Amino acid sequence: MPVVIVDGQEIEIGADERLNCIEAARRAGKEIPHYCWHPGLSVVASCRMCLIETGQRDAATGKISMVPKLVPGCQTPVKDGTVIVTESQLVKDSRARVEEALLIDHPIDCPICDKAGECLLQDYHFEHGQAERRADLHPFTSRKRDVGPTVTLFVDRCIMCTRCVRFTREVSGASELMVVSRGSTEEIDVFPGFPLDNKLAGNVVDLCPVGALGDKDFLYQQRVWFLKREANVCGGCSAGCSIHTEHNQDTVYRLKPRENPHVNTWWMCDDGRYGWHHLHDQSRVLSAGRRREANSNGHGTPGDAFEAIEWADVVTRLRDDLKAAGRLAVAVSPMLTVEEAWMLCAIARSIDPEAFLTLGHVPVVGADETFPGGFTIRAEKCPNRKGVEEVLALYGAGGRSWDDLLAHVAAGKADAAWVTGGYPTPWIDDTTAATFADLECLVVQDLFESSLMKLATWRLPAAGFAERAGTWVNVAHHAQSFGQAIKPPAGVWPEGRLFWNMLGRRGLYDPVGVRQQIAGSAAPFAALAGDVPANGVDLRVRQLA
Amino acid sequence: MKPTDPAITWLEEKPLGLAERLYLPLFVGGLATTARHLVSPKVTVSYPEQRPTVGNPLIYRGVHRLNRDEEGRVKCVACFLCATACPAHCIDIVATESPWPDREKYPESFQIDELRCIFCGMCEEACPVDAIELTSLLDLTGKSREEMIFDKEKLLSVYDMTKDAEPMKSASLGGTL
Repeated sequence: MPVVIVDGQEIEIGADERLNCIEAARRAGKEIPHYCWHPGLSVVASCRMCLIETGQRDAATGKISMVPKLVPGCQTPVKDGTVIVTESQLVKDSRARVEEALLIDHPIDCPICDKAGECLLQDYHFEHGQAERRADLHPFTSRKRDVGPTVTLFVDRCIMCTRCVRFTREVSGASELMVVSRGSTEEIDVFPGFPLDNKLAGNVVDLCPVGALGDKDFLYQQRVWFLKREANVCGGCSAGCSIHTEHNQDTVYRLKPRENPHVNTWWMCDDGRYGWHHLHDQSRVLSAGRRREANSNGHGTPGDAFEAIEWADVVTRLRDDLKAAGRLAVAVSPMLTVEEAWMLCAIARSIDPEAFLTLGHVPVVGADETFPGGFTIRAEKCPNRKGVEEVLALYGAGGRSWDDLLAHVAAGKADAAWVTGGYPTPWIDDTTAATFADLECLVVQDLFESSLMKLATWRLPAAGFAERAGTWVNVAHHAQSFGQAIKPPAGVWPEGRLFWNMLGRRGLYDPVGVRQQIAGSAAPFAALAGDVPANGVDLRVRQLA
Repeated sequence: MKPTDPAITWLEEKPLGLAERLYLPLFVGGLATTARHLVSPKVTVSYPEQRPTVGNPLIYRGVHRLNRDEEGRVKCVACFLCATACPAHCIDIVATESPWPDREKYPESFQIDELRCIFCGMCEEACPVDAIELTSLLDLTGKSREEMIFDKEKLLSVYDMTKDAEPMKSASLGGTL
């Protein structure tokens, strides 16, 4: 095995691993500061922040010969016997000088810069900069440039690392951003008439190590140090990108991609990134209600047709209503987690042992969209179709789709239906909804009012993606477990909590306990036993093993 | 820390002397103190009929004000540093893009809950543009809790009220703007 010596510490690396000095040093617990290098992008070695001393140990004699000049760590591959020195005076002085040079042109408007608090320029200046400044620096207001519908460029805050330019060339592929001019006057810009307008544009804001690129959606909304983050999974499509939901006082402020080599690497799309606004939409269904008895034969009664029901009563009365109605059909939404789907199936079968279980409506928009960097936005706009299908298979209902449910209900084979939703966008039209018009009892559980909900006997609110806890299985059978980021609005019980109580379980809803139960009893989910790693597990790989 | 900790030095109480045991000398001494205060100058005032004098208004920590710049605009740049520094969490700011070309953002709304405030002056310390200052106004009254939540207009009006008596401290202290 090749051995690399980092500040005197010997590190073994894999025989066919191709690491640069930054990655090798990281294994030894040494962080080499860097701006322009990013593991997902090509190497330009232009920022000079990662300059280090290197050398080579002679395998035969053990004699170390050092390279006389500093070399950029990002551009220098390591091999057996490579010596890396990250903390010599020469290296420290070099870093301090780089910091000094960057600050000469910088507006130093940290108090009003949205990046302050998570800015590499700030962090490195504290860690590696000089205590005294030699230049006469004055804060000034940065010039602002509109580079696209979602992104603002603060021209003077830029340190010209060109991460954003390389991203649009290598990952999103449309090359909207470029460097104009040369030397001390060089700037990032777009060509007139060709704004930065692609579905991955938001990533350039995450890539920017300083506050030069601002996300218009988040700009001025909140200071980053007030935000708390929860490791979540994006519910926007079946790719299931790992994300951080950043929130404060139960309000989501932004979503950020979370590095996950198995799913989304470092990126996420703008559909997902800005796809949280529905959580705080005022028109959400916010209480459980049952259609008033007087109007029970007049479906579609306008106005306040529903009588609000306490959740404790919903738990018992819903079961009684469905039992009284007779033959039950249940649509298990692909927005539900594996745990919720499993509990819903168990409830349905306990009410009616012959209950007809199917997958809920799967929203599909356009076709899969793959970018040159390999990132794919899925056409299937739901996060857990695979997981729900697996759960349905456990209950002998594998392969059944929403269309099967419609046919089943239209043929008059059901007296009651329970349709779970949780869709952020309108999904059902009047004609389709009319299929359910003649049922004895119709339970609709969704985020927003719909033509189906107008027909409902029971109107139940659903939870949004950040308000759930559980496991989602993405299109590639990769399962990721996540916790609840924010509390749902007052009056809303997430599906899991309702199902937990309807199953007669005591105490608070425990998604981890349910997951362990599923993993212990069902072979397809065996990989979910114990702690699921932050990056998730592939359900198929463990099955073969 | 336990009583047996070596860092603690235990001292014995001194035994009473003859004068202490007789009691009378101490009694007379106490009476003498009372008599001295009867004839010494008064330090209290009959507030509110009579106003107390504030020693140095520049360092007094009374009601807040939001300063205006030369053009009469609110000086605050909505950086949230005062809200961050505030130990009582009594400052609530909503920031938005400023309508002026020379300024990045400004507070759309700026509220201080004066009832929650502990008048520690941390907001003033934290402000990078000397926009928030504590005045020497010390009597703060209101008829309801809502009235005691000062909004941007009210805080600016405190500035208008006090700017002549108490010039902005930034000038005298070599401020940043």
